[in-house]
Amino acid sequence: MSGIQGWLRKDGRKGIRNTLVVAYLVECAHFVAAEIVQRFRNTPHEGAVQLIGFPGCFPNEYAARMMERLCTHPNVGAVLFVSLGCESFDKVRAANAVDASGRPVKTLVIQKAGGTKSTIQAGADWIARTLAQIAEGPRAAMGVDELIIGTVCGGSDGTSGISGNPAAGKAFDLLVGEGAACIFEETGELIGCEEIMAERAVTPELGQLLRESVQKAERYYATLGYGSFAAGNAAGGLSTIEEKSLGAYVKSGDSPISGLIKPGDVPPKGGLYLMDVVPDGEVRFGFPNISDNAEIVEMIASGAHLSLFVTGRGSVVGSAISPVIKICANPDTFRALAEDMDVNAGDIIEGNRSIAEVGREIRDLVVAVAAGKQTKSEELGHREFILTYKSFEPIGPACLPGAA
Amino acid sequence: MTGPFLLLSDKDNVLVARANAPEGLEVTLEGGPVQLSRPIPMAHKIARHAIAAGETIRKYGMPIGIATADIAAGDHVHVHNIRSAYTATHALQDADGISAGVSL
Repeated sequence: MSGIQGWLRKDGRKGIRNTLVVAYLVECAHFVAAEIVQRFRNTPHEGAVQLIGFPGCFPNEYAARMMERLCTHPNVGAVLFVSLGCESFDKVRAANAVDASGRPVKTLVIQKAGGTKSTIQAGADWIARTLAQIAEGPRAAMGVDELIIGTVCGGSDGTSGISGNPAAGKAFDLLVGEGAACIFEETGELIGCEEIMAERAVTPELGQLLRESVQKAERYYATLGYGSFAAGNAAGGLSTIEEKSLGAYVKSGDSPISGLIKPGDVPPKGGLYLMDVVPDGEVRFGFPNISDNAEIVEMIASGAHLSLFVTGRGSVVGSAISPVIKICANPDTFRALAEDMDVNAGDIIEGNRSIAEVGREIRDLVVAVAAGKQTKSEELGHREFILTYKSFEPIGPACLPGAA
Repeated sequence: MTGPFLLLSDKDNVLVARANAPEGLEVTLEGGPVQLSRPIPMAHKIARHAIAAGETIRKYGMPIGIATADIAAGDHVHVHNIRSAYTATHALQDADGISAGVSL
């Protein structure tokens, strides 16, 4: 038995947290929404009331779909939307989607609610009532085979590819073996890996789609003039995008690749999935993902209950909605940032533990966090979130060969 | 094992530092001992043997770039002497944290 008691939602999905999210629908409503969340600091509900939002005033189908997916994520128990009033975001569609999922939902429009102070008070009052309501929600035993787990690496250095990422890959192999759905992503960081990755696809057609997704990323980044490569990657010993990619690729483990999904597509069953995060069509709206949290949010929109974050240089972020387990690849960084790190994969570099041992530790920690254990970033209060503009075409049937 | 340096694949022409290696450290390579001409930070690479300009650099047994200059055995292999076969690398002055991109 996994020991996980999930939160059973009306659509049959189960969550590992029971969060109330406050979502601003334009930057102009951000402050008011943040102040509502702030009211619950230093209360027993600190950490359970979380801020998310979309800053843009212009409409975007990707953002609308992402917001719906995030607000009906199994870790979410209720949603408060905070609108200024004149922005283009379709708040009625979003609220209807949440309502249809059986969750409590409320929309406050600042222009109609009397302004800043009145809206903050109305929001805080609604949350206080709703928290009591969702705490009564039904629980149900949850197996490892019902978990969806994402992986991301950020602040990579030359240690990431030889310790943290192979250990995360080993954990993925164990979890896929137990029936979980695991997602790896960032096709812009798989440049140079497309052929070896395509060979792992469960069908040749899927293999070709995996190859094409990386080729799309390569074209996209070539147009932008930068690879998915930060200055700190070079200081950490990585010289080229393909070197960074090969190190990142190994966090996918050795399982066959069961499907190609895009942000918001939920894996239909257990297995390993690649998420294509690079927008379709001509280059619009700038970089595919402007920082690590945008990738984490996309995996959450695809149902990730939690994420594995491998870092070499040392990231400290967590996430709204789904916990983040931080795996530190670099032993010096682990010592410098021990208060932020959950797993020391630097032990592999120093010869103290094997990749298999650290992989097992990560797998066990995934199950413990699903059962309620707080990650370091959760304890510290990290709840980063970012959602910006993108555009995607829907995936075709060859992307998910095993789906019924 | 070559002192503090790891060979990740037999196909590789670079070795990876598993700890910070000081300048002057003697490292035994296949072609004989060499002294490091500069400190090599953890996870950075040195040449396993002499590499000619234009040769493919291999790590994990896979191509990670192309040499832009002749590289002697034991030399630091990094953004100053290799380039991507895909997109150019954006790097600030590496390792010592002084940005070459910032005018003083």
